[in-house]
Amino acid sequence: MPPERRRALRDGTLSLIGFVALWWIAAALVRTPELLPSPAAVLALVGQETLAGALPRNVGITMARVAVAFTLSMLAGSAGGYLAGRSGRADAWLDPWLIILLNLPVLLVIILAYVWIGLNELAAVLAVTAAKVPTVMVTVREGARALDPGLDDLAAAFRLGRLRRLRRIVLPQLAPYLAAAGRSGLSVTWKIVLIVELLGRPSGVGFAMNLYFQDFNVTGVLAYGLAFAAIMLVVEKALLQPWERRANAWRRG
Amino acid sequence: MPGAGAETMRADPALEVTIAEKRFAAGGRTVLRDIAFGAPPGAVLALFGSSGAGKTSTLRIVAGLDAAFRGRIIRPQGRLGMMFQEPLLVPWLTVGENLLLVVPEGAPQPDVPALLAEVGLPDAASRRPRELSLGMARRAALARALAVGPSLLVLDEPFASLDPQLAAGLAAVIRRRASRDGMTVVLTTHDLDQVMAVADRVLVLSGVPATLAADLAVPRGADAAPRAALRADLLGRFPFLQGHA
Repeated sequence: MPPERRRALRDGTLSLIGFVALWWIAAALVRTPELLPSPAAVLALVGQETLAGALPRNVGITMARVAVAFTLSMLAGSAGGYLAGRSGRADAWLDPWLIILLNLPVLLVIILAYVWIGLNELAAVLAVTAAKVPTVMVTVREGARALDPGLDDLAAAFRLGRLRRLRRIVLPQLAPYLAAAGRSGLSVTWKIVLIVELLGRPSGVGFAMNLYFQDFNVTGVLAYGLAFAAIMLVVEKALLQPWERRANAWRRG
Repeated sequence: MPGAGAETMRADPALEVTIAEKRFAAGGRTVLRDIAFGAPPGAVLALFGSSGAGKTSTLRIVAGLDAAFRGRIIRPQGRLGMMFQEPLLVPWLTVGENLLLVVPEGAPQPDVPALLAEVGLPDAASRRPRELSLGMARRAALARALAVGPSLLVLDEPFASLDPQLAAGLAAVIRRRASRDGMTVVLTTHDLDQVMAVADRVLVLSGVPATLAADLAVPRGADAAPRAALRADLLGRFPFLQGHA
């Protein structure tokens, strides 16, 4: 591991330990576990719920929803963003829609999806996808606008086939933008999925958090919320950040 | 309004270029007018003129990168190899991969080390473009243009950024390939010495809009005197060339 990466890992770990320490001190000072339980209490509940199977089941369901919505939003947003970035006419048509969708409250999208489609998985996944697509589109559109016209000329002069042009010329240039859209996309997607579950699904982390909220059980809310956040952190550190580094490698030289 | 230029290929391997008019945009400034020339297989044509004379615009039409002109292009059947003013090596590929990138699927794979050795880069196949100097990158770009086994080779300022010795070496490669493989070469240059070194014919572009001011054969052979006479003649007829000699 390069020294700067090792240093960044060490600093990140120290920062995380500092956060837990601050939480512990704050919980000790407040002395009201119903409002702010200690990290140990939350961890204990995470252990109980894991052993009981409830936490892994709900986390698995939420992860599946996140994965489907994330994949759909990346595919649709990337295709739309590429089209808008390459064609002024397509951009002129899509831009007003983008502005509206970007400024539409996520809650409105979720409610409308549940009202129009019903309280089911399709509505949940489509609501999350619709909420996330515009931001992916905006990022990928910037990437498509920044494509090197010289390399377009190169591909045209040598009559490169569409697939080869896409794979060898276009995608490597778009990769940093796709990686950035993916990273920011995942963090937003899972938060929206929790709201969708809280509002209209009978399973998942959001649903479980809602159950604990109804009992005003902060320990339970934190146990589920932080456990899922930790899993997403691992996904980002283990998958998305290395992908983004690889995507940007040729730019760094 | 610029029309879409007719483009065809034919079995007869000659190149024929007729550009009646080229405008930069619909209703915009006319940049090229009444430019017509042809070339048999194996001929090396040099488009010559000062900066902004329309050399690159003509070359892009010849290469099929610009169809917005009135006129007609007949290209020899076969593949086209092109070298741009910028090397345009794909930065995330090695030099060897850059050469293979342009070879159509199913076509015979070129001998990459031999091609690179031909342009004076014998050890560059596994290097990244960022590791090359501009002159080396331009030579790699020429090797890439040759990798497709072209019947028409289009080169935009191939000798720019090269020292005279390297430029002479590349001129020799271009002439050898043209005569050995029978490929037609159209190149641009603003260096009259390079024209004399490489070309069978020189096409002088001048004026606004640019027109074909001269289409002259360059005498080849060991005797340099006829070329010196042509050089002097060109300088006399086109005083603006003084700065390019």
